[in-house]
Amino acid sequence: MLVYILKRTGLGILVLILAISSLYVLIQAAPGDPASAMLGPRATPDLKAAITEKLGLDKPMPVQVFNYLISVLSGDLGTDLKSKQPVTDTLAIHLPRTIELLAASLFVAAALGIPLGCIAAVRRNSLFDRLIGILSVSVIAVPAVILAIFGMLIFAAGLGWVPAIGAGEDDGLLGKLHHLILPAFAVGIGWVGYLARLVRASMIEVLSTNFIRNARAFGLSKNRIIYRYALRIAIAPTITVIGIGVGVMMGSAVFVEIVFARPGIGKLMYEAVILRNYPVSLGAVLAASTILIVATTVSDILNAIIDPRFMETGE
Amino acid sequence: MSALDTSPPKRSNAFFSGLMRLMRDPMGAVGVVLVTLLVLSALFAGVLAPFDPAAIDVPNKLQSPSATHWLGTDQLGRDVLSRALYGGQIALTVALVSTALSVGIGVVLGMVAGFGPRWLDNLIVLSFDTVRAYPVIILALAVGPIFGAGLKTVIGILVVTSIPYYGRIVRTSVISASKADYVEALMAMGMSRVRIVARHILPNIIGPILILASMDIPVYIAAEAGLSFLGVGVKPPQSSWGLILDDGYKFIRQTYWLVIAGATPLIIATLGFTFLGEALRDTFDPKLREGV
Repeated sequence: MLVYILKRTGLGILVLILAISSLYVLIQAAPGDPASAMLGPRATPDLKAAITEKLGLDKPMPVQVFNYLISVLSGDLGTDLKSKQPVTDTLAIHLPRTIELLAASLFVAAALGIPLGCIAAVRRNSLFDRLIGILSVSVIAVPAVILAIFGMLIFAAGLGWVPAIGAGEDDGLLGKLHHLILPAFAVGIGWVGYLARLVRASMIEVLSTNFIRNARAFGLSKNRIIYRYALRIAIAPTITVIGIGVGVMMGSAVFVEIVFARPGIGKLMYEAVILRNYPVSLGAVLAASTILIVATTVSDILNAIIDPRFMETGE
Repeated sequence: MSALDTSPPKRSNAFFSGLMRLMRDPMGAVGVVLVTLLVLSALFAGVLAPFDPAAIDVPNKLQSPSATHWLGTDQLGRDVLSRALYGGQIALTVALVSTALSVGIGVVLGMVAGFGPRWLDNLIVLSFDTVRAYPVIILALAVGPIFGAGLKTVIGILVVTSIPYYGRIVRTSVISASKADYVEALMAMGMSRVRIVARHILPNIIGPILILASMDIPVYIAAEAGLSFLGVGVKPPQSSWGLILDDGYKFIRQTYWLVIAGATPLIIATLGFTFLGEALRDTFDPKLREGV
């Protein structure tokens, strides 16, 4: 097991290094030279030459990639062209807000999806089960940008239950949570359906196993069997998908942060792209990729701990 | 067919009997109807659209729906119904081209990884893992503007980020299929590896892959709309549901109609294709259900 954990962590680090390098190469390979892209309309030949030399763009590609990696790994992501502060400072303000949103969304998805899937499995083929089935598929299908816009129109602008914009930066904990409810639902609701289906399927499988039959034969109450024994095993597959889930939710978070004007990586990038603030948008991609790699690595390791067969196939 | 009729069965019969099986599932029936409506409206957008989707008419901007403009007009006075119809063409183009390219390339790479030499397998799997390390929308925001916003960039980003998904599934299927007795028998007979994979393994695994691909179409449609909303997708004067949503969001204080007009076709399309994909899977390959 320890060997697997070390190997998986090593792979995660290797992938992170490759991801950073490929991104650098990709951006350098883009049409037009990066110096003028970075400077935009302000580009004069002198400025361009200065930037080219400062960034080492005249050196061979492998050297450039190596230098970039070294500076990234030592925590230097360049300077935010807007605030003139290091990019890491800008990220330090926005990253926690996005992680908060992702955690809250995962909580919404699990808190609703697991019980719904469980009830659907126990009452298999009932009206409730079919309704949950159709609802799950439908909420998975609806794009996050629509959920965000209509969520804001209905629950914030229309009913006034929750604030429409911001993250409640100046409010206390309760105020922050109040601001978090609607965005977390907009990001997490698609995964409610996903988790409900996953838990339903695995619950049905668990309920048909011998040990559940034994528990029944011993005369344990139905509720005790379902919630104390079966559910504990049936929620294991949900851990498998946390890695994928974080990736998808990060995409949804971009739209939600923009629609609700909530500080975070998505909104930061959106503004950086408009202002051609390349160091910030690059830094944000790296930060987001790091979160994703950590999430997939952790979920793979958790999977291996729960079900050692996972180590062989990795699927 | 009488007992004496020896003509081969028509191919279209298989299509219709498949369609009939699909229509028996209520979800499948809704999916088929919605998708048919969508495809027809996109194909005949030129005939159905009452106005030129790019024709600007500022004096009549931000109108509510009326007999002339069924879905109202946007901030430049363009007819929203016409823009929504043409937006369907863009959405379907992105979905079909992205699916075809990512499945095609993913299948080839997955087969090479699964049946090729070990070092090549490792290399391909590592590059798949690297691509999967980027969150799609965030990567698109960063590189989209550098490569220039537009249809090609949207398709390129979607294809590159989806290839690993299909590639990994194909690789796993090829590896498990290559342990089957019939493959060992073919190898013992001296058949080349390429021929075994292409002629014998591929036909066995392609069905489930195509069904999974059909379930990804709504994801591509949503991604195109999302990227256009963010300004890194389709650019005006071209039309996209995401652009209508973006306009609607910007002018939401003046009118709700624009966001409704952008969201409705998008919801119809994603729901329609999702229902269709689900029904396809349940009807033709129920085994796939376990994994999802």
